[in-house]
Amino acid sequence: MSNRVLRQNRCAFSGVNMSSFVVENRIWDPAELMQRQERAALQLERLRETVARAARVPFYQKIFEKDGITPEKLKTLDDLRRLPFTTKDDMRDNYPLGLCAVPRAELARIHGSSGTTGVPTFVGYTKNDLKIWANLCARFLVAGGLRPEHTVQVAFGYGLFTGGFGLHYGIEEVGAAIIPAASGNTPRQIMLMRDLEPDVLICTPSYALNVAEVMHSMGLDPHGMSVKYAHFGGEMWTEDLRVEIENQTGILAFNNYGLSEIIGPGVSGECAVREGMHLQEDHFLVECLDPETLEPVEDYAYGELVITALTREAMPMIRYRTRDIAAMDPCLCECGRTTRRMSRVMGRSDDMLIIRGVNVFPSQIEEALLAVEGTAPHYLIEVDRPGALDEVSVKVEVNPGFFSDKMSEMQDLRDRIDRKIQGYTGLHARVELVAPKTIERSAGKAVRVIDHRLTRK
Amino acid sequence: MKIHQLSMFLENKPGRLSEPCRLLADAGISIVTLSLADTQQFGIMRLIVHDWEKARKVLESAGCVVNVTEVVATEVDDQPGGLAKILEVIEQAKVNIEYMYAFTFRSGDKAVLVFRFNDPDAAVEVLKAKGINVIGNVELY
Repeated sequence: MSNRVLRQNRCAFSGVNMSSFVVENRIWDPAELMQRQERAALQLERLRETVARAARVPFYQKIFEKDGITPEKLKTLDDLRRLPFTTKDDMRDNYPLGLCAVPRAELARIHGSSGTTGVPTFVGYTKNDLKIWANLCARFLVAGGLRPEHTVQVAFGYGLFTGGFGLHYGIEEVGAAIIPAASGNTPRQIMLMRDLEPDVLICTPSYALNVAEVMHSMGLDPHGMSVKYAHFGGEMWTEDLRVEIENQTGILAFNNYGLSEIIGPGVSGECAVREGMHLQEDHFLVECLDPETLEPVEDYAYGELVITALTREAMPMIRYRTRDIAAMDPCLCECGRTTRRMSRVMGRSDDMLIIRGVNVFPSQIEEALLAVEGTAPHYLIEVDRPGALDEVSVKVEVNPGFFSDKMSEMQDLRDRIDRKIQGYTGLHARVELVAPKTIERSAGKAVRVIDHRLTRK
Repeated sequence: MKIHQLSMFLENKPGRLSEPCRLLADAGISIVTLSLADTQQFGIMRLIVHDWEKARKVLESAGCVVNVTEVVATEVDDQPGGLAKILEVIEQAKVNIEYMYAFTFRSGDKAVLVFRFNDPDAAVEVLKAKGINVIGNVELY
């Protein structure tokens, strides 16, 4: 990826509203306030332990032997760069549990990736891993307003997917009451929300929007619901979508980040300042690298997150290439947490579309759409190469907010969307206005891109 | 004396026109007239119906995007020069027409012209001052 594209995208968390806590600032674990120097020492100690554990895994053992890596040779955190990367393919090559460092008898749980990018991969946890995981989820939940007296509706899938169980045990750790609604069945979710009056909702952001839509069609006003906070994760979303959801529902939305290969949710999450997600750096070493050169990018510049899990017993993960594109903010946050913050994920290094030689992330098109007043955040990007050149079309649903009986106004709207997309991506796309609710809704990860070039011969 | 016109967004695909017409038919709503504006990719249907409020509810509850606008309907003799006469009046008053369409009514000798003006109130005043018959919902149905 060229740095040019990265620089075009402003950091989502730079600048605005630096002095407002949207909820009372509470810290769950004193480790979040640790002095940076003290934390760095802990990280080095834990990195050595991780390398020692990883040496029991044949995959790492081979590499360590070849490269002469031993825990004692790691003198500073910079020595991390001597360690090998781990990729999704390495996990597949060691399917199903070849990267586990403990005997099978010590496993307490097995989760799997959602398999959105191919065959699923499995991740093992020991009892202690699960304890740490619950603590990490509790940290960001409390940072985002969760209190022991609350009731929480978890509309994440309970299953191999880490979202449901991860958040569930985090909420339990805090001591709040859980409605394990699981995903899907929107009318039932709404019934639970209306009758059991939860304070907090947990789901994907696109599902929250879907719930709001169904509420409207049932004649219910989302603003009248008891839910005050939502913790969104599991998919990429934008700052504009947050504004959209908050305006439509009156809910305060918090972002969190994690991935099953590392642990699941709990890698980072927003505090009451909501200017980036605090990385749980006592448990994860996070690098931000140029996905092509694999050299570190500067602070605030977008790069691929590469994460080393420092405390995982069952499956130590060294320099895992997440493919998630985000930026790092080293500034101290006014909430008192001393950890660095990461921006929201703005793309996947493997979702990146190369269209007529230009690098484009679907999230850029989403931001462009949301910048045009009145357009709903339901869209579908289709890329094709009917002749020599790539062509992009973006389907956008018409809604009462921007429908006019005048053709000139409709065409003007289409032109404005076109210009916005060009402004955000440098690319001309064919904007198609389509009837409302014709773009498929999803309970899980929304399908935003169809690349017909992949199926063309 | 303005009348209510419903407009709808339609994709330019087979079957998209019949859907709303079927919905109205099933609800027992009769269409007085309609006009279509189209582009290659989408169209706008403008409808004048009996009971526009009910029609709007029927269409919206089926998920259609419906917009209500006030238009002005005038009656002219169905003979050469009927339209030209009215247009001259409008032109002199410098009132802008967004779009218009025409239909004959109850197989009589009169034609009805439907105008979408930027400023319908000003237009109605001008037309009336010149003795042109501006008709309302009741007369039209």
